[in-house]
Amino acid sequence: MNGFEEIAARFAAQAPAADYWTLRLVAEEGDALAVRQGVPEPSRLTASCGAMVTLVVDGGVGYGATSDLSPAGLRAAAARARHWAREHARHGLFDARLVPRSALRSERRTQVCEPWDGVAIADKLALLHDACAALEIDERIVDAAAWLAYQRVEQWLVTADGGRIVEVQECVEPGLEAVANAGSQTQSRRGGGFDRPRLGGLERLAEARLGEDARRVAEEALALLAAPECPSGVMDLVLMPSQMVLQIHESIGHPLELDRILGDERNYAGTSFVTPEMFGHYRYGSPLLDVTFDPSVAGELASYAADDEGTPAERAYLIRGGILERPLGGRLSQARSGLPGVAAARACGWDRPPIDRMANINLEPGGLSLAALIGGIERGVLMDTNRSWSIDDSRNKFQFGCELGRLIVDGELGGLVRNPGYRGLSAQFWRNLDGVGEAATWEVRGVQNCGKGEPNQSISVGHATPPCRFRDVAVFGGGE
Amino acid sequence: MTPDAFFALAADLGAGLRGGEVLFCGLDGEDSDFVRLNGGRIRQAGSVHRRTLGLTLIDAGRQVEGGIELGGGPAADRALAGELLARLRERLAHVPVDPYLHFSLESSTGQREVGADLPPAEAVVAALIEAAAGLDLVGIWASGTIHAGLASSLGHRHWHSATSFHLDWSAYLQGDKAVKASWGGLRWEPERLAEQVAAVRARLAVMARAPRTPKPGRYRAYLAPAAVEELMGMLAWDGFDLKSHRTAQTPLLRLVRGERTLSPAVTLVEEHGRGLVPGFTGEGFLLPEAVPLIEAGRFAECLVDARDGCEYGVPVNAAGGAPESLALAAGEIPDAAACERLGDGLYIGNLWYCNWSDRNDCRITGMTRFASFWVERGEIVAPLSVMRFDDSLYHLLGDRLEGLTQGRELILSADTYGGRSTASARLPGILVEGIELAL
Repeated sequence: MNGFEEIAARFAAQAPAADYWTLRLVAEEGDALAVRQGVPEPSRLTASCGAMVTLVVDGGVGYGATSDLSPAGLRAAAARARHWAREHARHGLFDARLVPRSALRSERRTQVCEPWDGVAIADKLALLHDACAALEIDERIVDAAAWLAYQRVEQWLVTADGGRIVEVQECVEPGLEAVANAGSQTQSRRGGGFDRPRLGGLERLAEARLGEDARRVAEEALALLAAPECPSGVMDLVLMPSQMVLQIHESIGHPLELDRILGDERNYAGTSFVTPEMFGHYRYGSPLLDVTFDPSVAGELASYAADDEGTPAERAYLIRGGILERPLGGRLSQARSGLPGVAAARACGWDRPPIDRMANINLEPGGLSLAALIGGIERGVLMDTNRSWSIDDSRNKFQFGCELGRLIVDGELGGLVRNPGYRGLSAQFWRNLDGVGEAATWEVRGVQNCGKGEPNQSISVGHATPPCRFRDVAVFGGGE
Repeated sequence: MTPDAFFALAADLGAGLRGGEVLFCGLDGEDSDFVRLNGGRIRQAGSVHRRTLGLTLIDAGRQVEGGIELGGGPAADRALAGELLARLRERLAHVPVDPYLHFSLESSTGQREVGADLPPAEAVVAALIEAAAGLDLVGIWASGTIHAGLASSLGHRHWHSATSFHLDWSAYLQGDKAVKASWGGLRWEPERLAEQVAAVRARLAVMARAPRTPKPGRYRAYLAPAAVEELMGMLAWDGFDLKSHRTAQTPLLRLVRGERTLSPAVTLVEEHGRGLVPGFTGEGFLLPEAVPLIEAGRFAECLVDARDGCEYGVPVNAAGGAPESLALAAGEIPDAAACERLGDGLYIGNLWYCNWSDRNDCRITGMTRFASFWVERGEIVAPLSVMRFDDSLYHLLGDRLEGLTQGRELILSADTYGGRSTASARLPGILVEGIELAL
């Protein structure tokens, strides 16, 4: 028990004098287990608990964050928040009366069928031990690991207007990795659900199939050692959901963040090639491109009832029929910019303030089977599982690398190729989208290390997508 | 938290140990002010007070780790830490013997406090806003004290605290045309701020010229220290970690095996003795003053943490596998002559978003960013449009490396993920015969 109800009630009863205040209480619990090369790594139990007090005073806004949740600790945090609110009132970028108020009351918990504590640690370690052993099928497998991590985050957002939003999220993250080496060529392959992070409990293990997936992972790592380099040239491309996730993330999600468009991120994460006047008419991609902000998908990483400004979260189109409709910005950014937005103001923990984030950004399914996507290509490459990503500060010039590629010749999948990569421009790439996988190919995935913000914040975001086909892409392989 | 309070907490916990139990306690804390700026005004401002306690409980060849946030005074902290210790003890019975369990049996003590009083954050921010009047300034001021402590039931007692600041900012002309200024340190010098602002204003005047967009291909280039730091950041990613070497995952595999070479001008050292990061590991090992990583182009030593040291039978020389106090040896090019020696080519002030193109060949891709320029006959003539490069460090630090500058910059990390970083790098600029632009 973290005592949040009592702490929140006590704080509200002795609330600091302010035009508006919020108290955000966050408790995180974590457990991490791993077996590498047959040896369990030290397990790690973590528990983080802290609060952020935000005050709006005389047209300024400031925050104080503390791990001291005693009355004196929260008073000290409020005093620091007041100090910074006064400085903001003096030198602020905007009038703090724009800070959104919330009176929302809601409570939402991740549906968990099989609780983390329902399985003994010895059994979890045995599962990992078996999975790790199943990776070690050849002496060329030089490193092998299986892991299982658990995280529970409970957040209470309490406001001066009587708002109380409770969100409890649980997540179990399994994974496998095999590293193969021959001479000076090293290839690695991951699996076991590592790139399908979802909310939920240990029931996720059934989907991850740790033990069953291990042999495929190891065999593909070995096969890549002997595979030819991915060919270079302009050709057609099929991206599997395991790579589409990063393509959506970097060249749709980030460019649409309203705080980038407003310039907040220019010193660190960057700006955006998207400008305010583009919304409502700019052709972002081909007519096949439909992208939504959707906090309602069960189990997707960033599904929530309300954001950290207390705004109810609802599904909305960002891009429809290829036309740009709205940015990813919370109510404060909307007020600053005069643009529409979504409930996207989120903080990564108790010690960081909310900023505009992606939440669940999904590419809606189309009408083609995977076979049909491949069948429509005369010469090209299918790429699977992101391993490298890089994009300019305006989120336009990108380059990605994948763990595994397969040639496509005359509509048929061919042999493996190693070190597949491709590069292009966001502003052109999505216009070359000419095939979108049907609903049966749509996969719910996500990214757990999305970094931005000053001070820096790393947060989980969800992406659901089918495989997609792109025409005329610059493709390349490895080697100097 | 004071060192005495932390050591008292550790002693309390140690007094409750049973049988042959051993306990290591680590503290990681900060009292920081963060002021975020945009358009020369405050965007977001606040303070963070955090104390994270880490515990490692060891018994009969087994170990388990745990971590919590402290707060609420000594009694509350003792209760929280005691609860965590009880949970660890319960778990310890269910984990197997760890063959790579490795901790220092030699108790040691040490205390280091670096930095001095800084002016109040609000005063510095006000001075910055005034000095940068008329500029579209964006960035962050971060300052305060960072604490790290280690105490064990074997008698280890170490404390490290640093009071420091980081002013990481840039000024924008339009779109992505900007000049970056990053300054971190232990002592605030108002006159240096004035110099920085003046230098930024001068560079922005050049950024106003029509940009050059070179076609993909190979170009001569000078990379300023901030750009070199990005390349070193890639090498830090498994380049020197012992486990990465023993499992053939290091991007320097071909260098180690003698298939590729780096320039004899390249000497890299991990300078633990710089004193900005704690001089001890979480397992109680003391760090050497320096670890040679690459000497005159040849691979020298790996960074070895306690666990890897035990697995592979190598002495511990680092808290982790990535450098935190890297130094690249200086060269012969006078700083002022860098552009003249470049002649015609690219002046790359900053790189951004680097990642591997092909790790086996130490091939990296990334973007130019901020103030990068087109140079003709040794003179900066125009800003450079942001360009993607894709090239191997075996070329950039090998057969195409023409030289390094005599001067080196001490660059403190502006990283604040999970807390303010204490990492730093001392780097020169480098002149290369060619860098491959790809897009």
